[in-house]
Amino acid sequence: MVRACLDALRKLDPRALIRNPVIFVVEVTSLLSSAVLVHDFSRGYRGLIPFEFQVVVWLWFTVIFANFAEAMAEGRGKAQADTLRRTRTETQAKKLAEDGQLQKVPATSLRRGDTVLCEAGDIIPGDGEIVEGVAAVNEAAITGESAPVIREAGGDRSAVTGGTLVISDSIKVQISANPGETFLDRMIALVEGAQRRKTPNEIALTILLVGLTIVFLLAVATLPSFARYAGAGTTVPMLVALFVCLIPTTIGGLLSAIGIAGMDRLVQHNVLAMSGRAVEAAGDVDTLLLDKTGTITLGNRMASEFIPVGGVALELLAETAHLASLADETPEGRSVVTLAKRQFGLRAPQTGQEQPKFVAFSAHTRMSGVDLGSRNIRKGAAEQVIEFARQLGGAVPPELAPITDAIAREGGTPLVVADGPRIVGVIHLKDVVKEGIRERFARLRAMGLRTVMITGDNPLTAQAIARESGVDDFVAEATPETKLKLIRQEQAKGRMVAMIGDGTNDAPALAQADVGIAMNAGTQAAREAGNMVDLDSNPTKVMEVVEIGKQLLMTRGALTTFSIANDIAKYFAIIPAMFMAAYPELSALNVMGLATPESAILSAVIFNALIIVLLIPLSLRGVEYRPVGAARILARNLLVYGLGGIVVPFIGIKLIDLVVAGLGWA
Amino acid sequence: MRTLATALRLTVLLTFLVGIVYPLAVMVAGRVLFAVQARGSLVVRGGKVVGSSLIGQSFTSPRYFHGRPSAAGSGNGYDAANSGASNLAPTNAALVAAVRARLKAVLAENPGVSASQVPIDLVTASASGLDPEISPQAAELQVARVARERRLSPEAVRALVWAHTRPRWLGIFGEPGVNLLTLNLALDRLESGTAAGSDERSHRR
Amino acid sequence: MFWNALAQVGLFSVVLLPVTVVLGRYLARVFSGERTALDPVLRPVERLIYQVSGIDPRSEMTWAEYAVAMLLFQLVGMVFLYLLERVQAFLPLNPQRMAAVPADLAFNTAASFVTNTDWQAYAGETTMSYLTQMAGLTYQNFVSAATGIGVAMAIIRGFVRRSAKTVGNFWYDLVRATLWVELPLSLVLALVLLWQGVPQNLDPYVHATTLEGAHQSIAEGPVASQEAIKYVGTNGGGFFNANSAHPYENPTPLTNLLELLAFVAVSAGLTYTFGLMAGDTRQGWTLFGAMAFIFLVGAAGAIAAEQHGNPLLARLGIDQRASALQCGGNMEGKEVRFGIVQSALFAALTTDVACGGVNAAHDSLMPLGGLVALLNMQLGEVVFGGAGAGIVGMLVMAVLSVFVAGLMVGRTPEYLGKKIESREMKLAMLYVLVFPAVVLLLAAVAGSTASGLASLSNPGPHGFSQFLYAFTSGAANNGSAFGGLNANTPFYNLLIGLDMLVGRYLMIIPALALGGSLGAKRALAPSAGTFPTTGLLFAALLVGVILIVAGLTFFPALSLGPIVEHLALMAGKTFK
Repeated sequence: MVRACLDALRKLDPRALIRNPVIFVVEVTSLLSSAVLVHDFSRGYRGLIPFEFQVVVWLWFTVIFANFAEAMAEGRGKAQADTLRRTRTETQAKKLAEDGQLQKVPATSLRRGDTVLCEAGDIIPGDGEIVEGVAAVNEAAITGESAPVIREAGGDRSAVTGGTLVISDSIKVQISANPGETFLDRMIALVEGAQRRKTPNEIALTILLVGLTIVFLLAVATLPSFARYAGAGTTVPMLVALFVCLIPTTIGGLLSAIGIAGMDRLVQHNVLAMSGRAVEAAGDVDTLLLDKTGTITLGNRMASEFIPVGGVALELLAETAHLASLADETPEGRSVVTLAKRQFGLRAPQTGQEQPKFVAFSAHTRMSGVDLGSRNIRKGAAEQVIEFARQLGGAVPPELAPITDAIAREGGTPLVVADGPRIVGVIHLKDVVKEGIRERFARLRAMGLRTVMITGDNPLTAQAIARESGVDDFVAEATPETKLKLIRQEQAKGRMVAMIGDGTNDAPALAQADVGIAMNAGTQAAREAGNMVDLDSNPTKVMEVVEIGKQLLMTRGALTTFSIANDIAKYFAIIPAMFMAAYPELSALNVMGLATPESAILSAVIFNALIIVLLIPLSLRGVEYRPVGAARILARNLLVYGLGGIVVPFIGIKLIDLVVAGLGWA
Repeated sequence: MRTLATALRLTVLLTFLVGIVYPLAVMVAGRVLFAVQARGSLVVRGGKVVGSSLIGQSFTSPRYFHGRPSAAGSGNGYDAANSGASNLAPTNAALVAAVRARLKAVLAENPGVSASQVPIDLVTASASGLDPEISPQAAELQVARVARERRLSPEAVRALVWAHTRPRWLGIFGEPGVNLLTLNLALDRLESGTAAGSDERSHRR
Repeated sequence: MFWNALAQVGLFSVVLLPVTVVLGRYLARVFSGERTALDPVLRPVERLIYQVSGIDPRSEMTWAEYAVAMLLFQLVGMVFLYLLERVQAFLPLNPQRMAAVPADLAFNTAASFVTNTDWQAYAGETTMSYLTQMAGLTYQNFVSAATGIGVAMAIIRGFVRRSAKTVGNFWYDLVRATLWVELPLSLVLALVLLWQGVPQNLDPYVHATTLEGAHQSIAEGPVASQEAIKYVGTNGGGFFNANSAHPYENPTPLTNLLELLAFVAVSAGLTYTFGLMAGDTRQGWTLFGAMAFIFLVGAAGAIAAEQHGNPLLARLGIDQRASALQCGGNMEGKEVRFGIVQSALFAALTTDVACGGVNAAHDSLMPLGGLVALLNMQLGEVVFGGAGAGIVGMLVMAVLSVFVAGLMVGRTPEYLGKKIESREMKLAMLYVLVFPAVVLLLAAVAGSTASGLASLSNPGPHGFSQFLYAFTSGAANNGSAFGGLNANTPFYNLLIGLDMLVGRYLMIIPALALGGSLGAKRALAPSAGTFPTTGLLFAALLVGVILIVAGLTFFPALSLGPIVEHLALMAGKTFK
């Protein structure tokens, strides 16, 4: 708070303030009226001084309040940046020289392409790709999440971030970013707002605000000529007061605070946007591409049902399947054990005296199981298990095929269980849709987003999952290229596309998408290609991202509307005050019944300054977004900020006038 | 340069087409279809053009129905070669003074008429300065005077007024108006006893 | 009285609806080159014009090429008109032996007619020869409007085309607007006007001997042909000084209605054309609805103000109440045949549509009636507006509305699927800024110079309204006036000439650029989150934005003009 106050004063520097044209203009006019004040004082126009002095003071407050709003918004980021910066300093790296020798060097000396060794307890000295080894890494410095994550060479979880801590094992990391360009550096810059550039929409809005400022400059600058015709005098502080009240200082003062706060809200959700442009684009997204696995479904197929065949008792099937899966450490295998346990309370394996010999799953056999003495229990893909049973002289029960077909049709995977030559039944493996995903999609739909699921499954399976999860559309049998093609197709139809990805082969699609959210756990390539990184690697986070994007634009629009609507009351306060002397009839326009012309003008100026401060919390928090359709949102916001913007200043100025007149200020 | 040449050629062509051919075509059509109107709806009495039924003229004699004040041209107004309004603002003291004077004159000319019987159109200048009409109320308050001056019964005069009153179009649009030139001509005719239409006709050449 | 006023305005508005649809459809056909019933007659003429002028109607132009062609054509027209005025004394068809028009007035008039403003610092019957009226002014009545319609088509194409580089061909649009739209409509209207009493001849002024024996010189001329295009092309420049208050220009209530309908028809029709071209007629109806609402509120306000009459005159005891025998109200500067309703309706609509033809003296309107006229123009001539210019202005306002409102629904604003970004905002703001800038700055100059103030004919706040109105009317390309202002001085001829040129071309060019810029964009598909630019909500928003932008810009000036005049009038004050 104190820091924000100091920053607010520091920001008075016109060279910095020119980035904010509306407030810059206020500063210039404040300077002008200060000069007039000094001039009037030196000439000894004592009668004018108290009024003019107060106007000038409040003009300066207007500038300072606007600066304060920006400083407040930046303050939150600065604190976070300080924490981040601490992790960056003084890291020592163990650099692997060409000859394999280890040398200790400061992290700042590392360059792209260097390889370093990181052992348990080391802080990873820079961004990079694991080239060898696997390790548990604590990424709390970046994500704030202290549970360690696994990072390993090859595959889609090979990227590590400088500043994170290796907890176990050791890895060799090839550095992928020069100092100053690392993820951490970018993050610090981002939260600090140091390199904040105006986003496209912010620029467009600034043009509108500058345009309005010019309109009001014309309206006010031509007034002395008109007033002279009417036989009325105008003074510079009066004109400046009118001008400053009319120009959109409210939104002008809060505009950058809104932008910073929006980025900040993303950071709070552990999402890093590489640019403000991406955040805005998020609000516009029409189509969201989602990988089925890990996003819509839990990612693993789970046993959901045992279906016996050939007159086998259900319990026997469960027991057999249980035995077959005891040593199966795959999620599917474990889910069979869990199901058996749940349905029949099967617990200790009844292996008896014989030593079980487990047969692990292999891509070649596509079966796993156990050999218990003479019993050769197998479970696996239907074709292979049937073949297995046949070879042992078994027969295939006629009802088997319809059952496996039915399961496949529903999107499940049938696992056939055989006890030697005898096929005992089928395990229904099912893709389990994440809890609450249906509701999330419904909300996305209400927000105007279309969700498209992408899966490598066959169309039947895909359709079943789509139906269950409530996704709007799906693409089955997708290859990595499918995503890119689909994004291009959607874009050609005029839709803005967001996609979430983690793998290296997602990179082109992430780059092509209007909003590409890379999972932090993903590969470096993916992180580079996307324009946002989700530090939590939580694919459903996209909803918050979209909402924050929308909130950002809504807050700007709402405050712009409010700011412009305010002018009506200000006119009714100031115009009669300025010309009442020449045309007493104009007092009919003094609908607020303000005490004196001076108090009317002063009250309008004070209201104009204070409203900036009062709206800082709203601009930092953002206007609430509800997915109820554009027309209803608009109607509501027009009512609140349009109509409210007309009414509020009438009340506010009147109240201030009561105080000003009561205190005898004017 | 090519564009400029195109612009020049097109200007010449279109000027000929819509600046010469089109007005002349309308003129020919007018002469054939609406000969009287095309010439300005002129009214002839005794071989002389006495005016246009569409254009107001000044009447000051108490024997005639008087028209509205006119600001057309200088002097007494009704300059049909220089149309125009007074352009006085409602808050202009000169307007109030002028209306006050006109009211006084109307009341003096029409004894027995009170200010509240004087319709606004009779004391205000028209937009063209050539308004050929007055409101029925403005005619009504002059009936007694004209009848007296011409020694006619007020009923006869009133009937003539109604005969020269143009109603609203379709009974809805615009306002009814009494055409003064045709009314006053009819009055003259009524007095001299000449048959209607015998020596008055619209002007043709 | 109330019911009659309602019937007069209501029936007129109802008739406007089918006119909008029929003409809107026809315009769409004409400019897309589809077959029309008039083709057998007009196609050969069109071909001939292209051949002689060396035009390839099929070659498309970028917005910049379009602008250059338009500007050059206008420049040629302006020079041509100026020269014609200067040498008219030596040319035929000048039975009244009109002298050469002075240079400053000739410049002002040339600027006025090419910009479709038709501001008249002269009285037609005492200044212009018949040849100048026909080949100069009637011609410009045609092509200045055709230019406006063409520009509108180019800009609409920009709004609805996708990823396109071009916006059409100026020559093609110009010729088609003239031949297919203006010429047939004008011919029909001219004949009806003739029938109702509008003259069409080349006679010298008639010498009449009035019933009382006085001499009356009656001005004549080729009035009907010019009167027709004056309205079809939203020009508004009268053949005579009194404009459509003159019985020769507007002899009956029927002609008054037809003239009203004629000058709003093309502008209203273009809203429907826009809807058709955008592939959703509701888009057009929404703009139409916003326009109609502002028009009706303004007309109602003007009628009420005028019907209420002048309290200063009521004090004299004069009867200003409407009855079966008189219309009452403020009849200063109005004609009996039109009464209050047709005059106030005309005043409102002629200022809504940048027409400027008048059937009453605006200077003598009640302060609130004058306020409606003045404010209507200050809205930027977007309420139907000038031929072509109106829909363009409305589209710019739609872009502005969409920008602020679009933000409020949490999306990058888009109109017809085109994103409104900084380039579009820049052009839209440029368009919006030009008008208040030129009006206020020139009015400020007039207000602080002796030559500016010397021309005023009314005292007090109304005098201020007079020159404010003049510059507003000029920049809005309206052309109506508070006629008491002596505008035929070098000061006003020059300033208002400039005013009109700036108000026309410095607005058309950014608008064309905006069309070009939007045309180059790909269109986004609408979704549930897209804020709909059709329907009541958007129309209401549009109305709000239009009123607020103009209101905020001009409120200080208006408060020193008509507003304070009204308050003074209510307080029983006069000015000397």
